Amino acid sequence: MEATIEVNDVHKRFGPIVALDGMSFTVKPGHVTGFVGPNGAGKSTTMRVILGLDAADEGSALIGGRPYRSLRHPLRHVGAHVDAAALQPSRSARNHLLWLAHSQGLTAERVDEVIEQAGLREAARRRAGGYSLGMRQRLGIAAALLGDPPVIILDEPFNGLDPEGIVWMRGFLAELAGQGRAVLVSSHLMSELQDTAAHLVVVGRGKVIADAGVAELLAAVSGDRVTLRTTAPSEAARVLEHEGATVAALGHDTLTVSGLAAERVAALLGARTVPFHEVAAHRATLEDAYLELTRDAAEFRAVSGQEARR
Amino acid sequence: MNTTIPSRSVPRAQRGGLAYLLRAEWTKFRTVRGWVLAVVVAALATVLLGLLTASGSHSSCPEGPCPSPPVGPGGEAVNDRFYFVHQPLAGDGSITARLTSMTGIITYPPPDHDEIVPGLVPWAKAGIIVKQSTEQGSAYAAVMLTGKHGVRMQNNFTHDTAGRPGGVSAASPRWLRLTRSGDTLTGYESTDGKQWTKVGTARLAGLSATVRVGLFVNSPGDLTVERVGLGGSTGQVRFTQTTAVFDQVSLHSKAAGGAWSRVEVGDGPGMTDWERFHRPNGLEQSGGTLTVTGTGDIGPLGAEGGQSIERTLGGAFAGLIVVIVVAVLFITAEYRRGLIRTTLLAGPRRGRVLAAKAIVIGTVTFVAGLAAAGVAVPICTRILRSNGNYILPVTLLTELRVIVGTAALLAVAAVFALALGALFRRSVAAVVTAIVVIVVPYILATTSILPLGAAQWLLRLTPAAAFAIQQSIPEYPQVISHYAPQMGYYPLAPWAGFAVLCGYTALALGSAVFLLRRRDA
Repeated sequence: MEATIEVNDVHKRFGPIVALDGMSFTVKPGHVTGFVGPNGAGKSTTMRVILGLDAADEGSALIGGRPYRSLRHPLRHVGAHVDAAALQPSRSARNHLLWLAHSQGLTAERVDEVIEQAGLREAARRRAGGYSLGMRQRLGIAAALLGDPPVIILDEPFNGLDPEGIVWMRGFLAELAGQGRAVLVSSHLMSELQDTAAHLVVVGRGKVIADAGVAELLAAVSGDRVTLRTTAPSEAARVLEHEGATVAALGHDTLTVSGLAAERVAALLGARTVPFHEVAAHRATLEDAYLELTRDAAEFRAVSGQEARR
Repeated sequence: MNTTIPSRSVPRAQRGGLAYLLRAEWTKFRTVRGWVLAVVVAALATVLLGLLTASGSHSSCPEGPCPSPPVGPGGEAVNDRFYFVHQPLAGDGSITARLTSMTGIITYPPPDHDEIVPGLVPWAKAGIIVKQSTEQGSAYAAVMLTGKHGVRMQNNFTHDTAGRPGGVSAASPRWLRLTRSGDTLTGYESTDGKQWTKVGTARLAGLSATVRVGLFVNSPGDLTVERVGLGGSTGQVRFTQTTAVFDQVSLHSKAAGGAWSRVEVGDGPGMTDWERFHRPNGLEQSGGTLTVTGTGDIGPLGAEGGQSIERTLGGAFAGLIVVIVVAVLFITAEYRRGLIRTTLLAGPRRGRVLAAKAIVIGTVTFVAGLAAAGVAVPICTRILRSNGNYILPVTLLTELRVIVGTAALLAVAAVFALALGALFRRSVAAVVTAIVVIVVPYILATTSILPLGAAQWLLRLTPAAAFAIQQSIPEYPQVISHYAPQMGYYPLAPWAGFAVLCGYTALALGSAVFLLRRRDA
């Protein structure tokens, strides 16, 4: 099976609430795709539509070209972890994985393999009800790996992980992608995906805001903002504005310049002998990119929330 | 870039989805210790309540062990009491008689209970009979006129065929004829002794070459049942007696023409002196006219005559409640935790998932129910017998039906509860609904809290109708008895009652599948 996820113009309403409003993107194999957006942007709903749990009102979500519900032994095609709390508390982790394995015609040996992979060997025979959130996340990952699937979908897998766990999870995701799998990971915190995701799908208000590689995204947002420290701010501002830049005062000796590259700023000021002692290109983080991209979505949500109440 | 990843551990990849889902649901069930324990408790509760009832149920008679009622050729307990005017019949032959009068008395009937009134009870009988011997319970076939049900042909206690309706008087006598040809007996009736109409035939397998043939008269007790307060009723049976006048009695056989013998079949210690002497049963003969007076009944013995085997399964309703809770939790626990989504990820064909769950919970409860009933019935009947109780005999097939039927009742009720759980997605709502529609009607109806009519309708319309599968002693239209649920009589036949539960279950499961497919998980 082709290891891709294709989401095409999916619409979904829950009563008066529009959850998905033309969601479209494609997840390709071989790298981790981060699926980010504020809470309520439609990440979980999209994943549930992909997994055949919720039905789309319009549009389609296909895995390897087929709807999830038509897959014969679905866990061998798609491994998903959508809800860490979804466990029968009195059943042990191993038995939880065992019934899942049996549902796909897999054996207990495979269960023991994924328990090992997820680092759950010590706890596997204990009641799942006593598990910490971090252990439940590991159990969810183990369940997703059970059928050795080419496509992996994880909803907020970093939740509840300790720093050590976060490092482990990042490494693990990279390893899965390195094996040629398509890995879709949602998060509401961009920082969790920094250095892990190679591609990002940023969503807000039920649709895609940005769908790009991490490097492109960073470049697009960092733009050409320059921080300038000078003893003659008003003179510097006049010179730079004359060249078409937008200048804002940040402190009594600090200016933010956009519309010109750092080298050009230095050259212009040097030519006019305006004194300055620092010109720094602003380095945006993924977090900044994300915040900028989703600002409108967040504002919109506040308004639409009020409308929904009315 | 598109990559295809070969799956490593994929044995038997082509094989069926349902088999895998069944195995998965079974693994789910057996790995929750509470559920397994609960099913064991359900089985134990059924057995223990049966043992408790059985060991607390004693019966004794003043003079040694209580006499057992006679048993008919079909293996059932019977009443076999009548006045018999008879002689031997060797080989094939026939008897013909004209009945010119049939009268009787009923002692102290309602409303005032203060006098003996003339009259016939509906199933008073007078007619001709061929019987294996004068022993109670022996095979027979008879053609008779009854008090209210016209001419009938009856044989071997449980079989009854209607002839023409109407009574008898000197002006319009009734002719009756019964012929034997090998094992086959054929009954005829006539109004004039010339034009004969066949009433019916009976095969009495293994009838001896020489049998008894003659006239018989009897009259069952007059039963009235009164409701007493809430949940009680009292039955009263009053002594009745029938007198019939026969003439033109003729016997055709190789050795016909002997003298008439007379015997009170079933003249036991149960007779009061009043019955014996006030107006004795017997025969008065003057010329060709024979006047025969008799009392008693020939017919199957009802549930009032002893303990029926299903009384040992009275604890099944307790087991049923536990089973309902487990079956509901088998699905609602998944809704409560969101585990249903994991289940539907593993089995996106939702109808099959529910089918697998139903098969697993149904099979588990069936096995537990079979073990419980299979232990309770034989052990508890043994205890009851050793406590002096009379157990109404039933055929092996009936006993198996009661045991297997009880297991099937538990199993289908479990599937019903599971379906309700899937519909409501809430444990309490589903458990309460299942108990209200199965257990509550059963208890209301069988404890006679409700009037008889209401109780019977409950056991026709609600899933509790399925308890009919436990009824071992059938209702006979030719025997008047207190056919009420608290006596163990259900308004529907055993499998028909069971079918009612199956119908509700199919409806609930169908709706659950429909909704599960439509709803977002």
